[in-house]
Amino acid sequence: MDAIDLLIVVARVVVVFALLLVVTLLNVWLERKIVADMQNRIGPDRAGPFGILQTLADGMKLFFKEQVTPRKVELGVYLLAPFLAVIPALLTFMVVPWGRPIEIAGRVVPLQGTDLNIGLLFILAMSSVGVYAVVMAGWSSGSKYPLLGGVRATAQAISYEAAMGLSMVAVVMFTATAGDGGTLSLAEIVARQQGSWGDALGIPALGWIPRWNLFPELVAFGIFLIAAVAETNRAPFDLVEAEQELVGGFHTEYSGIRFAMFFLAEYINIFTMSAIATTLFLGGWNGPTWEGTVPAVVSAVLPTVWFLVKTYAIILVFFWVRATLPRLRYDQLMQLGWKRLIPGAFVWLILSTVVIGIRQFGWPWT
Amino acid sequence: MTLADYLPIAVMAVLAAGFVGVSMVVSRLFSPHRPTPEKLEPYECGIVPEQEPSQRFPVKFYLVAMLFVIFDVEIIFLFAWASRFDDLAWYGIAAVGIFTFFVLETLFYVWKRGALDWNVHRRRRYVPAEVTEEAA
Amino acid sequence: MVELVLFVITAVAALAGAVTVVTARNPVHSAMGLFGTLFSLAVIYVVNLAHLVAAVQVIVYAGAVMTLFLFVIMLIGVDKAEDTSEHLPRQRTLVAVLGAAVGLVVVALIVSGRFVWVPAGGGDVEIPNGTVQAVAEPLFTTWILAFEVTALLLTIAAAGAIALAYFKRGLIREEHE
Repeated sequence: MDAIDLLIVVARVVVVFALLLVVTLLNVWLERKIVADMQNRIGPDRAGPFGILQTLADGMKLFFKEQVTPRKVELGVYLLAPFLAVIPALLTFMVVPWGRPIEIAGRVVPLQGTDLNIGLLFILAMSSVGVYAVVMAGWSSGSKYPLLGGVRATAQAISYEAAMGLSMVAVVMFTATAGDGGTLSLAEIVARQQGSWGDALGIPALGWIPRWNLFPELVAFGIFLIAAVAETNRAPFDLVEAEQELVGGFHTEYSGIRFAMFFLAEYINIFTMSAIATTLFLGGWNGPTWEGTVPAVVSAVLPTVWFLVKTYAIILVFFWVRATLPRLRYDQLMQLGWKRLIPGAFVWLILSTVVIGIRQFGWPWT
Repeated sequence: MTLADYLPIAVMAVLAAGFVGVSMVVSRLFSPHRPTPEKLEPYECGIVPEQEPSQRFPVKFYLVAMLFVIFDVEIIFLFAWASRFDDLAWYGIAAVGIFTFFVLETLFYVWKRGALDWNVHRRRRYVPAEVTEEAA
Repeated sequence: MVELVLFVITAVAALAGAVTVVTARNPVHSAMGLFGTLFSLAVIYVVNLAHLVAAVQVIVYAGAVMTLFLFVIMLIGVDKAEDTSEHLPRQRTLVAVLGAAVGLVVVALIVSGRFVWVPAGGGDVEIPNGTVQAVAEPLFTTWILAFEVTALLLTIAAAGAIALAYFKRGLIREEHE
């Protein structure tokens, strides 16, 4: 590893960092605009064209606001919590490939933070760590609403993480049959979704269906999406910050830039979850690049465009769900997680395993 | 995969920590700081807080965490199995099948015992034997 | 070299966390010290290129088990006045003796020259046996019995949790409020 490699590493990290901050600014505005449209309102329209600079303005405002430190907080833990919210949020995206590897001056640069061979486990690990931010913020605030919100959030996060893990296992199991050996690397999972189902199955009539994991693992996709909404504490699972019961939830006692950090982490998590769903089920950056017919630069950029288009399609579902569904009650939330989603994920995994097992290895008794 | 593959993660962790730290410190320099006794009270919808927050939580949360430990271990093993799905074939499916059976049995047991019932109106409860039917 | 530096940093962090667990007055601070220790251990595993073990360390220990601990602390009540009387007689003496014994073993190992620094993989060295696939192979062949017994152990743990939480010499009753 020489200095140029090191520079490339730093550049990749900075690009991911910048990408996440920019999409966050954009997504907050987009959500407000879309939800406003769905509710026959106008939404933000003053700052910049179509109000697109609204988030930037809000961020600036929060930056110059007083950071109130209530009397009863445990200062050390209280100040540590925003760090623990933002760092795992940014780290999770590091394993997601967001474009086809490009070649610059003889060096192949993967458009991905880093390709870990335990990629999926890394995602689960980071979401485990992210839970601490919530529980620590809630506990250290020394106030009843944050404490309740924090404990609720933790129980919710762990309940849905189990369902999310199970739907990921279904993808890994399926991917193991699509190439040589199983893999938890996200770059490899994307690579195995290249081509079309027509070619994979040898049926020319299906040549127009891309070889995404979505089709064979449709139920797993649904479970993943529901769990993703719950993991990011979004409506209709946003009991963590249920205004009527808990004021602002775990970040009630945070103000100014400290609050902004939790907000930032939440929106980064939405983008990351959508990106992971895209990678696992929608073929990641795979898509037509029209190699040769368009300039090389265009076909190098197109995979990233496809990645963003698919990711935004899922983000729009997140927004749509928020505008449509009312918030669940806490007992409904826990029962949905443990009595519907987890058993459902198990049933799907068993079904999927048996079908693929028979297809791949023949009947067990032969 | 080598240790160098973790370098971007370390760089990002440092960058993220620096970003949060610098934002909070710089914001502190530019923002007003005028604490008043009322402002520093824990939030209570604008009124003076009367009760300390209750620091005890229902045993349900503990049960959910316990169940989660079990499922987490199961998921890790399932990941290990899935990564070898094609080599292990039916042998592997049988192996994790037995394991999954035990885990599902646990889920079923916990479910029937009422540990997953969060709705107070339908909760099963254990009452001491001395309490008679009428008194309960 | 990189490995040594990382090891020293994480080892110190792990020890600092462990000391916090014992000395902190507040149980939540102890829990966070434990989290620090477990996370530092995960980094040590990463340095040794044991990728799966590192991930499991964070997911199961730093994630699930620590959440369980935090809930237990919340269950008991964080602000409850702590009972500082020691129920195990002579535990301090016992700890001192055992600690000294462990220290002696370490010193003996270093003196006898059996304690050697084995560089695992600082930088670009690749070690194949830390990946998920590499661990899965022996897990499902050589250690299959241990694997299945683990499932039984987990079932027992769940039954134990239910027993602790619910059973009280009595009968089950559906409660309608």
